[in-house]
Amino acid sequence: MDQSMTSAPPKIRIRDLHKSFGDKKVLDGISLDVPPGTSFVIIGGSGSGKSVLLRCILGLMTPDSGSIEIDGEDVLAAPAKRRDQLRSEIGMLFQNGALFDSLPVWENVTFGLLALNKLARTDARDKAGAILEQVGLAPSVGDLFPSELSGGMQKRVGLARAIAAQPDILFFDEPTTGLDPIMGAVIDGLIVDCVKKLGSTAIAITHDMASAQRIGDEAAMLYRGKLVWQGAAASLMQSGNDYVDQFTHGRRQGPITMELRR
Amino acid sequence: MDMVLDLVARTGRATLSLIRSAGALALFALAGLSHILRPPFYGRVFVRTFLETGFFSLPVVALTALFSGGVIALQSYTGFAQYHAQSAIAGIVVLAVTRELGPVLAGLMVAGRVGAAMAAQIGTMRVTDQIDALSTLSTNPMKYLVAPRLLAGMIALPLLVLVADVLGVAGGFTVAVVKLGFSPTAYITATLNSVKAMDVTVGLVKATLFGFLITLMGCYYGYNSKGGAEGVGSATTSAVVVASILLLAFDYLITDLFFSQ
Repeated sequence: MDQSMTSAPPKIRIRDLHKSFGDKKVLDGISLDVPPGTSFVIIGGSGSGKSVLLRCILGLMTPDSGSIEIDGEDVLAAPAKRRDQLRSEIGMLFQNGALFDSLPVWENVTFGLLALNKLARTDARDKAGAILEQVGLAPSVGDLFPSELSGGMQKRVGLARAIAAQPDILFFDEPTTGLDPIMGAVIDGLIVDCVKKLGSTAIAITHDMASAQRIGDEAAMLYRGKLVWQGAAASLMQSGNDYVDQFTHGRRQGPITMELRR
Repeated sequence: MDMVLDLVARTGRATLSLIRSAGALALFALAGLSHILRPPFYGRVFVRTFLETGFFSLPVVALTALFSGGVIALQSYTGFAQYHAQSAIAGIVVLAVTRELGPVLAGLMVAGRVGAAMAAQIGTMRVTDQIDALSTLSTNPMKYLVAPRLLAGMIALPLLVLVADVLGVAGGFTVAVVKLGFSPTAYITATLNSVKAMDVTVGLVKATLFGFLITLMGCYYGYNSKGGAEGVGSATTSAVVVASILLLAFDYLITDLFFSQ
């Protein structure tokens, strides 16, 4: 189909993905290859379809048409059990953490491991401490509840929960949103470390340009459900693409028009 | 003409949306029930919900039952005294409490207390992505959130109703003995003579169904809530209102089924 495929088979391969809500097309024919071990950043404005794309890959939403392959296996065609299995190999950091507020931090962190029976409940508290240390938190944080944590700490716990099962694939939904610039940089640093240490393939969606360049190897831009640009993350600021230029420099004039009422 | 067409269209749309919601609710209920029977089981969640639904509802249900039993004794005394039929009071109290007041009042109290809390908790989990997070952590949210709650409701409510039955009768006894001057032994004998296994059993059947309805509504509206704090608020309201109405409707249907001759 295209030449880049001949080198290494992509970890995640998306072809012609469509998804609409009513008559609003949110994903309009997305095709994307994410090579193994790459950090892929997707940028785009609010409502450009970034979150929906991640949710489709995660299986939280079903696309209207198109295909999603992980390691060459068609996720959408797989039977439910296999799909759950594939999904358990993806770790996800949600935008606002999405920590379980009825459970202490240690149980949040080890939730996936306990659910997969990869960990005995009696060992979970210690294991959580070890994982928390990887994201720069003291093991004693494990005894707190999510509501007792600051925004930055919640993000760290969310990250700890996402990496706990050592997933092959990691997703980050706007990892720096709601954090101050320094804490944003700290979280980005942790994300880069974790992805490297695990050797995972990562997809991050963001509209924070500094963050995109820190996390990403490759980048793509979504606009109105279509990919309008793809290239190296380092070239984001001088891409020569009108859409990307307008977005990265925050210009009011350009090909991107804001739809305030839809 | 346009107005007529508009009216027809509106009625049609409303009917379709009603059918769609009923279908969605039925599927949700079936999915929840089927997960009760299939592993993995989340005992910890079940125990927590069971305590919340059953044990911590005890004071509310107990007070409601005591006062209702008392008021039945008082009211029926005023009525029956005209016909010199005061001796029937013990029978009236035990019948009213075991057949109707126990299950219905306990149900309504639990709907207000537990149904609302469930809708608010699950609704908040929905709007803060916690339910999606469950899916990404190899946990089926229907199994983890819904099934243990349905089961806890169906077990806790009959137990609460048993307590309500005893305390309702005790309320009637207290009023009859202290205020109306009945002899305690005569009242107790009359109560024991008029309590029927059938009445108590049907009351418990009702309670099981009510427990299911209340938790189902709490879970369903919470699970499908959207739109932040306001969405969670309206989910909570709907859960309590719809559960209460269904509860009273099913109460009538079951009474009609068992006692209508």
